[in-house]
Amino acid sequence: MVKNLLFHLGRFVSWHGQIFRKPENWKMYYKETVRQMYDIGIGSFPLVFIISIFIGAVTAVQFYYQLSGTFIPPYYIGYIVRDMAIIELASTFTCIVLAGKIGSNMAAEIGGMRQKEHIDAMEIMGVNTAAYLVMPKIVAGFFMIPILVSTAMLVNIGGGYLSTVPTGIFLHADYIRGLRSFFIPYYVFMMYVKAFSFAYLLTSISCYQGYFVTGGSIELGAASTRAVVFSCIAIIVADYLIAVLLTAV
Amino acid sequence: MIRVKNIYKSFADTEVLKGIDFLFEAGKTNLIIGKSGAGKTVLLKLLVGLFKPTSGEIWYSDTNFLSLNKNQLRELRMDVGMLFQGNALFDSLTIEENIRFPLDMFTKDSIKDKRKVVDHCLERVELAGINDKFPSEISGGMQKRVGIARSIVLNPKYLFVDEPNSGLDPKTAIKIDELIKGITDEYNITTVINTHDMNSVMEIGENICLLDKGLVAWRGHMSEVLNTDNKTLENFIFASPFLKKLRNRALANPS
Ligand SMILES: Nc1ncnc2c1ncn2[C@@H]1O[C@H](COP(=O)(O)OP(=O)(O)O)[C@@H](O)[C@H]1O
Ligand SMILES: [Mg+2]
Repeated sequence: MVKNLLFHLGRFVSWHGQIFRKPENWKMYYKETVRQMYDIGIGSFPLVFIISIFIGAVTAVQFYYQLSGTFIPPYYIGYIVRDMAIIELASTFTCIVLAGKIGSNMAAEIGGMRQKEHIDAMEIMGVNTAAYLVMPKIVAGFFMIPILVSTAMLVNIGGGYLSTVPTGIFLHADYIRGLRSFFIPYYVFMMYVKAFSFAYLLTSISCYQGYFVTGGSIELGAASTRAVVFSCIAIIVADYLIAVLLTAV
Repeated sequence: MIRVKNIYKSFADTEVLKGIDFLFEAGKTNLIIGKSGAGKTVLLKLLVGLFKPTSGEIWYSDTNFLSLNKNQLRELRMDVGMLFQGNALFDSLTIEENIRFPLDMFTKDSIKDKRKVVDHCLERVELAGINDKFPSEISGGMQKRVGIARSIVLNPKYLFVDEPNSGLDPKTAIKIDELIKGITDEYNITTVINTHDMNSVMEIGENICLLDKGLVAWRGHMSEVLNTDNKTLENFIFASPFLKKLRNRALANPS
């Protein structure tokens, strides 16, 4: 078990030496990166949007319920929704959801190419397959996932508004006042540190699972599952570490 | 020309190759033959570096293949073409994009020039005009030929072909053989073909390597097959009673 973990860790690290190499042909890599950005960005947008709007709504309604009857003023709801979104929900929750969508997809795509000998065929042509198949995915994720996280944050806050103000739970002015209270820009910085870190972990771990797949369709399914599971674990652990490191200063 | 010296290859608990020596000659169709499971694919993958031998040497002309680093290996592979047993065509790309892929990756030619090369290669394998189809839309024999077209698009010096005839009818199989032989002669390529098809052995076996029990059981030219007294070869080629009878008749009256 420990030996196995060390083996994968070692291979994962040394594999990076192959990924970040000068492309054989910038245009081909660029094209592949754009395709991936489209897949990740546009492809995941509806899911992120729907999930974020409900997460925001639930946060607002739930906290309103928890806080009603206390002496905490209602405008605090806006403040709570905003900070929950920035600190945790927009980055961590969105990336966990994306691990399920993008991670399994990447592992299956690369793993399928491995099993159908597409990767071997490219290697024989002289292509650095670790670079060509993985680097565009990591780069695309690195650009698109923080954008999705930003979107998620805004939609979270919008969801909180839509679930409370039009339904008459409390006033427009209260919610806005809450959004404008106690704002700490450093939290936004933390959100982006998380977004970029999670993006990198999620894409590289998922591609790794696909790239070294062996066997048949059962193994491919297992690799796709592992991509999601290990991405999620890595994200949560990184979330904790980032929280410890960035709040220690 | 490729020379292998004393090649051993084992997987976990099974020893597949137990000391292979062979010279694959330039400008010839070199055949690796043997029963299913004899280790033909393993030997071919060792030759192209997809597997590493447990021990032994592989020489491409004067280049020690196993001592190359990753970059040198990629350099050498610019001269290598390979057709896989399952074709390995990229299924989300069209036929043209498949054949163009090596050109897109490794040349700075204009799209017009690349199209010209693609069309030339497609004509060479007698498939002109199917540029915009997808691999799933053409027959198995056509996929093989597209695979050949893709593997020769960068003018390789070495061509590796794994079971080009498996799953094809005899007539199509012979056409594929002729095609590979023609290309080998035309460009003076060192071609290595895996096969268990006795038609291929008799038609294009210019330099045959028979694998059995992890060793080279016989080597020679197709013209020597009929008269052989090598039992392993005899059992492999003239496997059915019908073929045995045919052979005895051919030997009885040589006309
Ligand atoms: N990747 C591998 N791992 C373990 N054993 C393998 C592997 N590839 C091939 N073998 C074994 O090597 C032997 C030869 O296989 P192969 O070269 O595919 O035969 P063939 O002559 O039909 O092409 C088989 O017994 C097979 O089980
Ligand atoms: Mg085989």
